[in-house]
Amino acid sequence: MARDQLAFVRTHMLPEAPPPTAQTGAVKWLRENLFSSPGNALLTLVSAYVVFQIVISTAPWFINGVWESPSLTACREILDGKMGGCFAVLTERWNQLLFGFKYPSELYWRPGLAFVLLFIAAAPVLFGKIFPRKMLIFTGLYPFIAYWLIWGGSVLVPVFAILGVLVGAFTYSRVVTISAGVAVIAAFVAALIFWILSGYVTGPMENVMAIQAVASRDMGGFMINLMLGVVCVSLSLPLGILLALGRQSSMPIIKWICVVFIEFIRGVPLITLLFVANVVLAYFLPPGTNFDLILRVIIMITMFSSAYIAEVIRGGLAALPRGQYEAGDSLGLDYAQSMQLIILPQALKISIPGIVNVAVGLFKDTTLVSVISMFDIVGMIRGPILASSEWNGVYWELFGFACVLFFITCYGISQYSQWLERQLRTDHR
Amino acid sequence: MAAEKQLNVSDQVAVDITKMNKWYGAFHVLRDIDLTVYQGERIVIAGPSGSGKSTLIRCINALEEHQKGKITVDGTLLSNDLKNIDKIRSEVGMVFQHFNLFPHLTILENCTLAPIWVRKTPKREAEEVAMHFLEKVKIPEQANKYPGQLSGGQQQRVAIARSLCMRPRIMLFDEPTSALDPEMISEVLDTMIQLAEEGMTMLCVTHEMGFARKVANRVIFMDQGQIVEQNEPEEFFNNPKSDRTKLFLSQILGH
Repeated sequence: MARDQLAFVRTHMLPEAPPPTAQTGAVKWLRENLFSSPGNALLTLVSAYVVFQIVISTAPWFINGVWESPSLTACREILDGKMGGCFAVLTERWNQLLFGFKYPSELYWRPGLAFVLLFIAAAPVLFGKIFPRKMLIFTGLYPFIAYWLIWGGSVLVPVFAILGVLVGAFTYSRVVTISAGVAVIAAFVAALIFWILSGYVTGPMENVMAIQAVASRDMGGFMINLMLGVVCVSLSLPLGILLALGRQSSMPIIKWICVVFIEFIRGVPLITLLFVANVVLAYFLPPGTNFDLILRVIIMITMFSSAYIAEVIRGGLAALPRGQYEAGDSLGLDYAQSMQLIILPQALKISIPGIVNVAVGLFKDTTLVSVISMFDIVGMIRGPILASSEWNGVYWELFGFACVLFFITCYGISQYSQWLERQLRTDHR
Repeated sequence: MAAEKQLNVSDQVAVDITKMNKWYGAFHVLRDIDLTVYQGERIVIAGPSGSGKSTLIRCINALEEHQKGKITVDGTLLSNDLKNIDKIRSEVGMVFQHFNLFPHLTILENCTLAPIWVRKTPKREAEEVAMHFLEKVKIPEQANKYPGQLSGGQQQRVAIARSLCMRPRIMLFDEPTSALDPEMISEVLDTMIQLAEEGMTMLCVTHEMGFARKVANRVIFMDQGQIVEQNEPEEFFNNPKSDRTKLFLSQILGH
């Protein structure tokens, strides 16, 4: 190249141009993705054959499925040697699978209603931008309404429970000017005292404005899994946040309490905690106390998952640059404000995949309660249904159904979390 | 003192530091720092890296703790009392090298957050104030974007506006242009010059010696955790006294 050609001056700037038009179409897609080379073409054909074989061999099982029959023997007679599933067990035992075998059948509408209301209560929490904030009032009342619907009994119990919360909130607002930490403890103690005292009122008045009560031991089916899942996830998230913050605390006592709790709970299998809830706890409680089994299980599962969630959130907190803390500090925000407004929104966003992982795992782990003789959906299948003379031997249909129920729920949670992550993206919009 | 010769400097003390010492473990980062900053003064702190200049200004709003000596900011003695520290921090604005905007909030929300939560300003009023300062740093049109969508220079100007929204009496700048592309440095410096002209008390850690000449009424040179030399800019640049200062100036102005 000649020396004088090295110099160059652009006389006009190039305008922005569109990218070359993409060649589209199904044929092009097929060629690019499935038949891009002889090897890939071969793999495509082999895979297509395998998929075809799977469909061919399982389709009759679904197509010939029997949906109406009183027992397995009757079902086999209908099938007459053909291959087919006895889905009749699902229709015949539908209520048992959902509600257990002792829940009064005339009251099925109550947990059913509680289930429907759950969606209304969850909507403003999960989709804050779409639903009005005022719906959160209902969300706050929902736990008490759902409790009353499912367990029944005097309306005074949930009413006094709500009053206890209000007493706690009032105490908090009075003490918060002194110190937020003291206020939280004071509010908790005040509410607890109120609840214990209110027990003397609701105890003798258990028939006042009462609907038919159902005992915890009479509950079962998928209802138990849903109850445990929803309650434990919603309790363990705030508890996990507190544990994660506590673990980072500069106050040694708080820090060590959190560290010991997290490390201990994480080091123990959930099933042993459930046995503790079922059997061992009874030895430590004063004789005669009737501490509800479901409540004990809720406490154990919540403790277990909150330890995991705490560690997930700790990861999110660690991922934030120090500058975020410093910026909050330098603006004069106090600890609670900078956590609530700056640190946690970002740390929780980072932690969403991990939290969902724990939540999904927790929900599936609720089936472990079948081991401590609670009749959740797995307990129902393994116990009353498979042990009955009518349906002894129907495995695929029942466990497949349980899988489908859990899959729908867990896949829904996963899809929601991905949607939420997209919503919270703020970098390229 | 040389600084008092210039305009806008009152005899009211903004920051008073006496015999301040700080250690990181056994490492003695700041040694016997004595510094009095008057209201309206613009001070540029220069020095080689590791000389403790950032640490010094971070001690003023208690982002770093000092172990010995006294720091008084706007008449309030810096102590371990958290309420005291939060009060001082809300009076002292700080701009960081890496902007430290809140990425999950819009530009406007970044600016209104502290006024609403710390000063308890009504939201609407806080937004008006924020827009006023965003106009001042010349990016009102970006108010509803997120920090990730802005260039470095724009982000740094938002960071300045965010601090100003708290109506601080003192502004600290910790190498505000060091993380910026050369093209964007001047837009940030222009904002700072404008601020200086309005009489804001400023302490800037910076390597922008042109800025120091133009706006500072005192330049402080630090090395090994100590104030080695301080003077008005003309004297400091044209007639440095200490050998260490001469060496430093020859290195940064050498090419």
